[in-house]
Amino acid sequence: MAWTGNVLRVNLTERTCSKEPLNKDWALSYLGQRGLATKYLTEEIDPKIDALSPDNKLIMATGPLTGTPASTAGRYSVITKSPLTGTVACSNSGGFIGMEFKNAGWDMIIFEGKASSPVYLYLENEQAQLLPADEIWGQSVWQIDEWLHNRHQDPLLRIAAVGRSAEQGCLFSGIINDLHRAAGRSGVGTVMASKNLKAVAVRGTRGVGNIKDPVAFMQAVNAGKKVLVEGPVTSEGLPTYGTQVLMNVINEVGAMPTRNFKDVQFEGAAKISAEAMHEPRPTDGKPNLVTNAACFGCTIACGRISTIAGSHFTITNKPEYRGASGGLEYEAAWALGSDTGVDDLDALTYVNFLCNEDGMDPISLGSTIAAAMELYESGIITKEQTGGIELKFGSAEALVKLTELTAKGEGFGREIGLGSKRLCEKYGRPELSMTVKGQEFPAYDPRGIQGMGLAYATSNRGACHLRGYTVSSEIMGLPEKTDPLITDGKAALVKAFQDATAAVDSAGLCVFSTFSWTMADIAPQIAAACDGDWTVDSLLETGERIWNLERKFNLDAGLTGADDNLPERLLKEAAKTGPAKGKVNDLAKMLPEYYQLRGWTQEGIPKAETLTRLSV
Amino acid sequence: MLKSLQIEPEKCTGCLQCELACSYHHEGVFNPSKSRIKVFTFHHEGRFAPYTCTQCAEAWCLHTCPVEAITINLTTGAKEVGTEQCVGCKVCTIACPFGTINYQVETGKVAKCDLCGGDPECAKACPTSAIAYVDAEQTGYQRMRAHAAQSIQSL
Repeated sequence: MAWTGNVLRVNLTERTCSKEPLNKDWALSYLGQRGLATKYLTEEIDPKIDALSPDNKLIMATGPLTGTPASTAGRYSVITKSPLTGTVACSNSGGFIGMEFKNAGWDMIIFEGKASSPVYLYLENEQAQLLPADEIWGQSVWQIDEWLHNRHQDPLLRIAAVGRSAEQGCLFSGIINDLHRAAGRSGVGTVMASKNLKAVAVRGTRGVGNIKDPVAFMQAVNAGKKVLVEGPVTSEGLPTYGTQVLMNVINEVGAMPTRNFKDVQFEGAAKISAEAMHEPRPTDGKPNLVTNAACFGCTIACGRISTIAGSHFTITNKPEYRGASGGLEYEAAWALGSDTGVDDLDALTYVNFLCNEDGMDPISLGSTIAAAMELYESGIITKEQTGGIELKFGSAEALVKLTELTAKGEGFGREIGLGSKRLCEKYGRPELSMTVKGQEFPAYDPRGIQGMGLAYATSNRGACHLRGYTVSSEIMGLPEKTDPLITDGKAALVKAFQDATAAVDSAGLCVFSTFSWTMADIAPQIAAACDGDWTVDSLLETGERIWNLERKFNLDAGLTGADDNLPERLLKEAAKTGPAKGKVNDLAKMLPEYYQLRGWTQEGIPKAETLTRLSV
Repeated sequence: MLKSLQIEPEKCTGCLQCELACSYHHEGVFNPSKSRIKVFTFHHEGRFAPYTCTQCAEAWCLHTCPVEAITINLTTGAKEVGTEQCVGCKVCTIACPFGTINYQVETGKVAKCDLCGGDPECAKACPTSAIAYVDAEQTGYQRMRAHAAQSIQSL
């Protein structure tokens, strides 16, 4: 129950769409979405394959709660092998398309093979068709969104698509849905484009029912909503300021990576913060922020809808960018701003629009441009490589120009599209790449927030804040405060966050709900909706099972414990200012304890008894 | 006291909880496409607008129905569709100036807001009070109050 029980298998090589029953035993062990789709992926592909070959598969998966009124239950994820990291990739997105998949009657869609020419999937309830996409290949997500709505004469069609960057092989391209929500990280869009699959357009009118105990479910859902209203982060901080509420906070604690992690505080942070987004601009008297916005079913509504001043240099001759669209989240504002040293709010908003329009992960984009800026300022690359761009830290013009090039795979943008690891290796300075397993860091400096160093090093998809967000405890004191500058207890903290998050993701809920919800708020909602025995303990065990399954995939793909590492800069170059001044990240103190708590060997390999205990 | 739905679009975040509540109450499933209240998104303006039947006093749908399937609920004032009588001719969907009565393919009948018998689920589910159920004679009072607040600032 709660699952629809239907899986759509789309063979792009053969151009066939077929329906098959969901594997119920796996659903009871892996819940849904991230966990369940990872189970399918590991059963169906060899982890050693080339991620961009037709042998790779790409799964779009909902959770059992997706489409129900449980607050934040609008999520879906894309699971595949990542071309950026070589690890399992799982990129989670909000918006409305997850709900639409569910309303059309599907738990997940498995794409396999490769189409001989561009296609898109048109899905209307149980009717699935692959239609030619030659006409829209080479166009941006925003362009084809309009085209598809017109073509099918259906304003309620929900669309997920890849942009030009993915077509051009940019390794950090995401899949954009509902114009500005993204399954953003790890190059899941690159895999989609490699299959000649341009878009998925879906309309579902069947509804989501199949709730095990509707009365108990509505009680649990309403109790959950009440908790979100009572929590200050979910009722005030996030709706008013979005994730950008963190910009000034993280800067003050000295964990704001700046100029490719050379510094840990950014002097321009206030100018690109949430508070700045509310301030009327001197140019047109309007604030950057138009309104907050919710994803499907979300009673928090942290989303930002922004505009750029019409006179701003980025859009002076581009009226198509004058309307409102998805504004800056903290990660994007940090990567595009602080990490590149750019403090021009409207320039960052424009670059963010381009990331949405052509499906680029703004974290990887900003970080890679930051690495390129350091290469340039160190004299390793010159205008000869950049095509005449003066690539200095703090240059909004350089950031904008390079983003436009990367979006279309042109000029030096093609090299940015390789990601920071490959770029820095190419120019003989691999140590300047701020990545783990080839994926760029998010917005928390592990010298100032020690637990995040371990979370980054051990994340199953490369550096990521969403796999174990210990910032919640170390900075915000949720569910309880720990000292960000010490390593004691962080191994257990990271493991606890990783396991819980894997379960939350797999339910179809948003991890931001956990700024107020504990697993005790979540378990009753899942238990009332789904078959199976879902308690706090069983959910945490499910999360641990998922974590070990992902780990096993990565080890089978050829990664080792040696890949659980951080760049030298974070281990050897001390923070220069702020509360963490003089600190490096003490990963070596935390990692062995973490392995032990996980039931892994000293080399980071899950022991047989651990896998047996978890039935992996 | 007769009550009405009071909709303040500026408070709406576009979450669709109202559509879920409406469809669950009327259809027994969570299905936005079957909701009698709809939230429209105006992306480039950054605006959301919930919209549903305003329960006109002289209702076009009611007057035009050839089989008198639409009647007034004397307690709530809602114009309700009698599904037994409705023949699915859709004349009411043409007559309604606001488009808030619509045909459902599965049932072959029309459906519209019936105020849930006097306890509208959409208003209860709305997390931001963009939809409220208030005294029918006071639906403008919130806005009046806001303007009144502005007027005293210049005193």
